Amino acid sequence: MAFFFFYAALLLYLIATGGFIVYVVNQQKWVFRTSYWFLLAGFVCHTVFIGSRAYALGTIPVLNLKSSLSFFSWSIVLIYLVFHKKFGLMILGSFAAPLAAFLMIISSAMPWLTTPVKPVFKSTWLIMHIISIFLGNGLLAITFLAAVMYLIQEREIKNKHLGLIYRRLPSLATLDSVSYYSLVYGFPFMTIGMITGSIYAQLALGSYWQWDPKEVWSLITWLFYAALLHERLAVGWRGRKAAIMSIICFGMLLFTFFGVSIWMGGYHSFSSLGAR
Amino acid sequence: MSTILNIGMNHQTAPVELRECLAGDPMNSKKALNRMRSSNSIKEAFFLSTCNRVEALVVTDDKDRALDTVISLMAGLGNLPREIFSDHLYSYEDMEAVRHVFRVASSLDSMVVGEPQILGQIKSAYVEATKEKTSGVIINRLMHRAFHVAKRVRTETGISEAAVSISYAAVELAKKIFHELRGKKVLLIGAGEMAELAGRHFMNNGVTTMTVANRTFERAVEVSQQFDGTPVSLEEIPLQLLEVDIVLSSTASPEVVITRDMVKGCLRKRRNRPLFFIDIAVPRDIDPKVNDLENVYLYDIDDLRGITESNLAQRQLEAAKAERIVEEEVVKFEKWLKTLAVVPTLVALREKAEAIVQSELSRSNALISSLNPTQREAVLRLSRSIVEKILNDPILFLKGKAGRSTLPTYLDITRKLFRLDDNGQKE
Repeated sequence: MAFFFFYAALLLYLIATGGFIVYVVNQQKWVFRTSYWFLLAGFVCHTVFIGSRAYALGTIPVLNLKSSLSFFSWSIVLIYLVFHKKFGLMILGSFAAPLAAFLMIISSAMPWLTTPVKPVFKSTWLIMHIISIFLGNGLLAITFLAAVMYLIQEREIKNKHLGLIYRRLPSLATLDSVSYYSLVYGFPFMTIGMITGSIYAQLALGSYWQWDPKEVWSLITWLFYAALLHERLAVGWRGRKAAIMSIICFGMLLFTFFGVSIWMGGYHSFSSLGAR
Repeated sequence: MSTILNIGMNHQTAPVELRECLAGDPMNSKKALNRMRSSNSIKEAFFLSTCNRVEALVVTDDKDRALDTVISLMAGLGNLPREIFSDHLYSYEDMEAVRHVFRVASSLDSMVVGEPQILGQIKSAYVEATKEKTSGVIINRLMHRAFHVAKRVRTETGISEAAVSISYAAVELAKKIFHELRGKKVLLIGAGEMAELAGRHFMNNGVTTMTVANRTFERAVEVSQQFDGTPVSLEEIPLQLLEVDIVLSSTASPEVVITRDMVKGCLRKRRNRPLFFIDIAVPRDIDPKVNDLENVYLYDIDDLRGITESNLAQRQLEAAKAERIVEEEVVKFEKWLKTLAVVPTLVALREKAEAIVQSELSRSNALISSLNPTQREAVLRLSRSIVEKILNDPILFLKGKAGRSTLPTYLDITRKLFRLDDNGQKE
């Protein structure tokens, strides 16, 4: 039954994505509103799915790449919905929904594995670690999307090419502040996630830090984001430079998320999560 | 049947000297409405006077006399002989008039197609007409339809989307950079007419602080007073660049006034807040390389002209779409107007039926008064619904004939069949 909700969420996200893309072209408000409701319905299904998996497993369902991707997608949609309430930036949906749908498609293409959950994964610290890391990821994904939109809009204005894209994208100031706010809120979540993760590691594995590849790359990503935040707050970076940096940082984040898990092994990798 | 008559002049038919004679006095439209109300050839009236057009819209049974009244009225308002006027006037009748009103309201007949002010002007002129009680069934409906058409044109076409004047384009761009202009600071360099115009446009869009720099300081003082701003000398520009967000330059200087290095030097101190330069001077005042700096945007007069021209072309395309909407709405209005001919007969029919019900009820008064209230209510409802059911088909039939050439015959037959015209006389 839980899987039904998974596919329902995937389908609804896809419909919403299609709608958001149509909205970019024809700019009809009702298209946006309809797509928004589809996304919201998809989010509800997704939440039910994750909730029921969490109940069945007794812990948060991120123990393999498939369910992590789904959880990542869920956090992006959650953050988008919150940002929509705050900023009312309609065009953001046309960027966030495709990203969420894309992650869900990859997730759906992977096989369902049912491995028994080891008791060590049923820990509050682990749940806190996962939730804050993923909320951080969702927020930083928005930082990334806003940065991409900023760069596009900035190019249009600089090159005096004031066509369809220029008209549809919001102002530079808006995009920069969305990127800024999502960074300012995303970074603390990331930090908390890393601290709780290391506490969990101490409790479960007996050491705060083990030079595991994922730990190392997370730290590097964290340092990059810290540098970006510092430049923004202290030096007054904004606009293009900050946008490019946000995109690089998000690239690092994705590498840490996918690359390290798939190619570098270590106790964080999904193969070892099931195997040991 | 009444005729809808539209008489007026606009920027195409009349020179500005003539239009300003009429537009000068704000009390004119009130006077005009009063005059038209007192004329017995005019049943309904509406009067619009803006700097680009003067229009009278009347509903009349005697169109020649009404036309005459309106022309002499306009000549009277402008204190001009009517011969001068008549060459510059256009007049439309019925559906032509309806189409014209719809086109004016949706800004298809404006000097700058798509300019939104006209709708507001029509709305206030209509309010005036309702205050003076010169509008009736037809004008009320026509005006509301005109507002509806204007709204459809605005939402369904991109006609009023794009900027077509240079200062408008500059403000639009600034909004795409800063999101909102409230609290932003503008520096005006050189005090030409165009700069003043653009400056005023920025003020209307929320800019509160204006600084004016000019070669001759007296002129800077003079211009800055208009904007409640601060005058500065040209030497202070580098300092001002640390403060302001938007720079509008239009000096007659043959050399560059703002260099790339001057701008580059201040960026870090500004903490990279964006700077928007608008250079409307020829030869240019601002080094074009300034545009390569980060968070700095430079548009010169040709860039802005490029925007307004491509927008103008875009508007013309959208205007074709708008004309189609207007046509649709004219057809709808025509349909409504035709049902108007049926209305008196339908009303008479219903009145007669109601009168019969009342008289029959009072004839059976003795019987009815012996009933309890619920029963009395039931009898009343029963008799009414029988009457309604009987009349339903004839009414639908007549409505269906609205606009057909056979309508007068059917109306006549109906009136005879139900004896609607000598009601009460022979009873």
